[in-house]
Amino acid sequence: MVVWDVLSWISIVGGLFFIVVGSIGVLRFPDVYTRLHAAGMTDTMGAGLVLIGLSFQSGLSFESGAWLITVRLLMIWAFLLFTSPIATHALARAALHGKVEPIRGDLEGGDS
Amino acid sequence: MFSVAAVGIGIGMTLAMIRALLGPTLYDRVLALNTFGTKTVLLIAVLGFLAGRPEFLDLALVYALINFIGTIAVLKYFEVGDLGKASETRGGRA
Repeated sequence: MVVWDVLSWISIVGGLFFIVVGSIGVLRFPDVYTRLHAAGMTDTMGAGLVLIGLSFQSGLSFESGAWLITVRLLMIWAFLLFTSPIATHALARAALHGKVEPIRGDLEGGDS
Repeated sequence: MFSVAAVGIGIGMTLAMIRALLGPTLYDRVLALNTFGTKTVLLIAVLGFLAGRPEFLDLALVYALINFIGTIAVLKYFEVGDLGKASETRGGRA
């Protein structure tokens, strides 16, 4: 099934793009709150596209039991979709209560 | 194809681990470890397909659960100072 291979390839490469870009953002952004944004990019688009690409590979055939693998991939995806915003929210809240000041205004000289 | 995905995720994990080692604050490290864990889940899933053993997806699911619980536990410990107490800021003071 060449069509599914091509779709899966496109999804996985797109997901890898988001993962690498999000990681570069986590490394390069100036403070915690901006890094949260880059990390969220990885969790939603990167993980979602990679898992969807993998589920294109496994398919939905009932005879070989491959649909169970697809269901597991979708479960992982749904779980990441629920927990990533909760973890991000808890982190931002803890950082704010931990007296980490967000950078305001001019970003020059704010690079760590 | 799956090996390309594994290498890409590995690059992302390396960058996140560099941030976790650099810090500078505790929250940067927790954030970097959280994204590192998310990428580990993806890496386990991809490695399962690479090895032709998609049963690894169960491990990925469990790892996602542990990663989330661990992040929340560490954050609560450093915010409240105790894993058992409720947060003092709940109930309008925040």
